[in-house]
Amino acid sequence: MIFANTRATTYNDTVVRQFAIMTVVWGVVGMLVGVIIAAQLAWPDLNLGIPWLSYGRLRPLHTNAVIFAFGCCGLMGTSLYVVQRTCQVRLFSDKLAAFVFWGWQAVIVAAAVSLPLGYTQGKEYAELEWPIDILITLVWVAYAFVFFGTIGTRKVRHIYVANWFYGAFIIAIAMLHLVNNAAIPVGFMKSYSAYAGVQDAMVQWWYGHNAVGFLLTAGFLGMMYYFIPKQAERPVYSYRLSIVHFWALIFTYMWAGPHHLHYTALPDWTQSVGMAFSLILLAPSWGGMINGIMTLSGAWHKLRDDPILRFLIVSLSFYGMSTFEGPMMSIKTVNALSHYTDWTIGHVHSGALGWVGLITIGSMYYLIPRLFGQKQMYSMKAVEVHFWTATIGIVIYIAAMWISGVMQGLMWRAVNTDGTLTYTFVESVKATFPFYVLRLTGGLLYFGGMVIMLWNTYKTVTAGRSVTVVIPAPAAMAHA
Amino acid sequence: MDILFLLIPLSVILVFFILGGLGWAIYRGQFEDIDAEGERILRDD
Repeated sequence: MIFANTRATTYNDTVVRQFAIMTVVWGVVGMLVGVIIAAQLAWPDLNLGIPWLSYGRLRPLHTNAVIFAFGCCGLMGTSLYVVQRTCQVRLFSDKLAAFVFWGWQAVIVAAAVSLPLGYTQGKEYAELEWPIDILITLVWVAYAFVFFGTIGTRKVRHIYVANWFYGAFIIAIAMLHLVNNAAIPVGFMKSYSAYAGVQDAMVQWWYGHNAVGFLLTAGFLGMMYYFIPKQAERPVYSYRLSIVHFWALIFTYMWAGPHHLHYTALPDWTQSVGMAFSLILLAPSWGGMINGIMTLSGAWHKLRDDPILRFLIVSLSFYGMSTFEGPMMSIKTVNALSHYTDWTIGHVHSGALGWVGLITIGSMYYLIPRLFGQKQMYSMKAVEVHFWTATIGIVIYIAAMWISGVMQGLMWRAVNTDGTLTYTFVESVKATFPFYVLRLTGGLLYFGGMVIMLWNTYKTVTAGRSVTVVIPAPAAMAHA
Repeated sequence: MDILFLLIPLSVILVFFILGGLGWAIYRGQFEDIDAEGERILRDD
């Protein structure tokens, strides 16, 4: 059977361009909301007494915007670019690809309206109500069709490792989304979960941690395995290791979730299973990190002159840090100190700002000029400034959260000789205030960098034009 | 913990799918000339 896309002579970069621009736009929006709620934590009056702007509603808006708008637009855009380039064939279906883009934007807008209005399922990272969940399912199926259809009609025999990571991300998210969002609708925008009590909690964190594993880790590792070699102009350090990395990671990821429920009603043995799997994950995670960083082996000097490469490599060092910190925090005795404190927030942001943010930003700086027929971004100086504001911002942010987290943990567990608590809860809140202000400072720096990126993207796009790239002739291919 | 009767079978099914994928990749020659594959993306565009 001959599919129409295999006869096409050019790549479909339209959808990639759309996703690339929206990645930057949603990045600015999501991080702005993050800055606002960080300020609200320090000065609660900043909700101005308006329910729509209250912390409880804006916080899910922030997480949804950065994960599903910024992060997913970056993943969808880069995956549809990488799959075409490494398979040397046009996307399986242009119409479905357009539906994926517009459908996903509709999901984001629906989230941006419904969350401030207070519609929520009350499940972290799965707040969106059932009509939006159905739209997500439709878009996701279309996305899977386009991605796997392109792989199925590829003209290169070998499937490049980045595609395996993207593919695992797409399949796992489909399954997680369907299971966790199973709910009984009782009206438009209101539903009850199909599970109750601790069962619901288990499903929620099975979903929650695997979303971290397959969306925020596997997906972005796909990005890493394509854009680092491209920007460094060197093949990945060990292609063999990258394949071991992939299979080891997906075999061991599924059962880390219970570490979110240490010391709860979840049975002890389930908690211990979650902790054990979390510890095992250190091995594949560090294997992948070392593989990525060592790609620069013998070409370290490139880091000095190339801010894009620096974004990509520093993102991996944050990946290494947070994949070490995560397993440590999953140990029950450590978790007894860290759970419910700002340490968790610091951990999440070293992964989110450091790993996910920087790898996406670096990949976009590689991609955007190429999509618009430019050699490089309008201002490389601005890329350099962005790198430093972002990196310094992350360091301030996570250091503040580490200190305040450990301090909170110690204050909450401190007891006097007669067995009474040494501190009231509000005393720990007051002690946290300076760290909330510091965190806001770090967040503002990171957000500022993103605004610079938006300006730089605007300048690059308006100076360039949309280019159509011709697929290389089959004769040039080794294994076709 | 009735939920484990859903989640564990789901994981087992998934593991079979992953094993299937790995088997497919190994026996259909995906890993035959592995050292050249890393280089190739640098040439093609």
